[in-house]
Amino acid sequence: MTDIPLVDAKDIARRDPLTGQMLLQPTRFALHAGDRVAITGPSGSGKSVFMRALALLDPLDSGHISWHGKRVERTAIPRYRRNVAYIRQRPAILDGTVEDNLRYPFTLKAYRDVRFDRARAASLAAEAGRGESFLDKRASELSGGEAQIAALIRVLQLAPEVLLLDEPTASLDPESSRAIEGLVHAWFDVGDAPRASVWVSHDPAQARRMSQRHLTMRAGVLDEQAAPFEAAPCAREIAGGGAATTRDGGQERTQ
Amino acid sequence: MSLQNLSLWDVALAALLIVVNGALSVALKLDLARKLAWAAVRTVVQLLAIGYVLGWVFQYDRWFVVLPLMVVMTLIAGFAGAQRGTRTYAGQREDSVLSIWASSWLVAAVGLFIVIRIHPWYEPQYAIPILGMILGNTLTGVSLGIERMTEELTARRDRVDMALALGATRWEAAQEPARQAVRAGMIPTLNQMAVVGVVSLPGMMTGQVLAGQSPLLAVRYQIVIMFLIAAASALGTVGAVLLTYRRLFSAEHRFLASRLVERATLARR
Repeated sequence: MTDIPLVDAKDIARRDPLTGQMLLQPTRFALHAGDRVAITGPSGSGKSVFMRALALLDPLDSGHISWHGKRVERTAIPRYRRNVAYIRQRPAILDGTVEDNLRYPFTLKAYRDVRFDRARAASLAAEAGRGESFLDKRASELSGGEAQIAALIRVLQLAPEVLLLDEPTASLDPESSRAIEGLVHAWFDVGDAPRASVWVSHDPAQARRMSQRHLTMRAGVLDEQAAPFEAAPCAREIAGGGAATTRDGGQERTQ
Repeated sequence: MSLQNLSLWDVALAALLIVVNGALSVALKLDLARKLAWAAVRTVVQLLAIGYVLGWVFQYDRWFVVLPLMVVMTLIAGFAGAQRGTRTYAGQREDSVLSIWASSWLVAAVGLFIVIRIHPWYEPQYAIPILGMILGNTLTGVSLGIERMTEELTARRDRVDMALALGATRWEAAQEPARQAVRAGMIPTLNQMAVVGVVSLPGMMTGQVLAGQSPLLAVRYQIVIMFLIAAASALGTVGAVLLTYRRLFSAEHRFLASRLVERATLARR
């Protein structure tokens, strides 16, 4: 493991473009190869804002992000996003079959050098406990859990370096959640390629399972948490949730 | 053959027909009576006004009178083009004016100077009605195009976001909505071209025939006009959709969804 982080956020901050309210206070965050980070915090505290900022999906009001020690320039953003993959809570599935969905990335310029590999897709589906027929399933017939599994396979087949998982299992049944966790574990353990993940979760037990480094987000402030997660933050989270939802970051509000 | 004179009394007689619409509105509780009355009044006032203005402009026949009138027509079309749709963004009016102006004037210039070859170059009897017809149709295309683009981007926001997160360029992410929007903007003109002469006799052609022109010549003019309209509305629609795209996607390959606001919200602020 080298000293240079895979992803290095230097004092990134974000305001609501309409109200001017601070959504993410200036935040420093370095993600090294081998890191498995979990972030917990009340709804609307800025977790999604932070994750989307890391994926460079929203304009930053200050700060910048470096990738392998180099600041990410405009033209390099699609390439950066290929390697630092953002998985949303609600998967966006295109019309057609699961396979059509898995083929979609290969139509993009950023993936000109690679080809769709059905065998690989099928083996990923098998890891999630689905047969090869899963690839031929119509998108309209997928359950919520299956849609998220399809969306995750769509990303994992591309072998990204970093996964940014924004509550990927928040509304899923336990079986699908386990399948998602299993896929991420398998991706992380593959070969000697540098890998790192950030997982946003409402579930302290899941956060413990999926991480060795724990952070909390509260009113746009990201804090390192020394102690492992206990039951207590969960109770606080519920208490704080209601009050905090109105000052949401705009991402969750429109979903 | 001479044109039958229409007195103001004859016009008033025709205006009684709007009573049919009013009766329907009342009978079916459409709640349109007030709107109908207002629309009827506008029709009368606007057309009478333009009649006087055109009479004066044709008589005066100077470029510095014709050109400003054409600019005013273009601006009105541009502003009207920005009024559709439940969602809008800062700069929609500019985009509408710019795309309508550029496409209509370019195509009108081709029609007037290269095809019809008018003399002098500003001859109002040709320049004004032809630009007017082009503007009216381009305005439809542009407003439908922008409306569809903002609608598609709102409805497909998740997909656009997903594409960007996978590493799509901004154009790759916006392509499908943009394509739908251009299609939506061009369909009225295409439909019109498909039924012209069979279902509808266009107003200009009808006018020329009523004025005693030979139908064959009137038809030739109408064909030219149809192609001018088709070209201008296609150019205008594509231009408007591209301008909308540039407003809503940044060079950093981001979709600036927060710029898309509901019209009502904007009015309140």
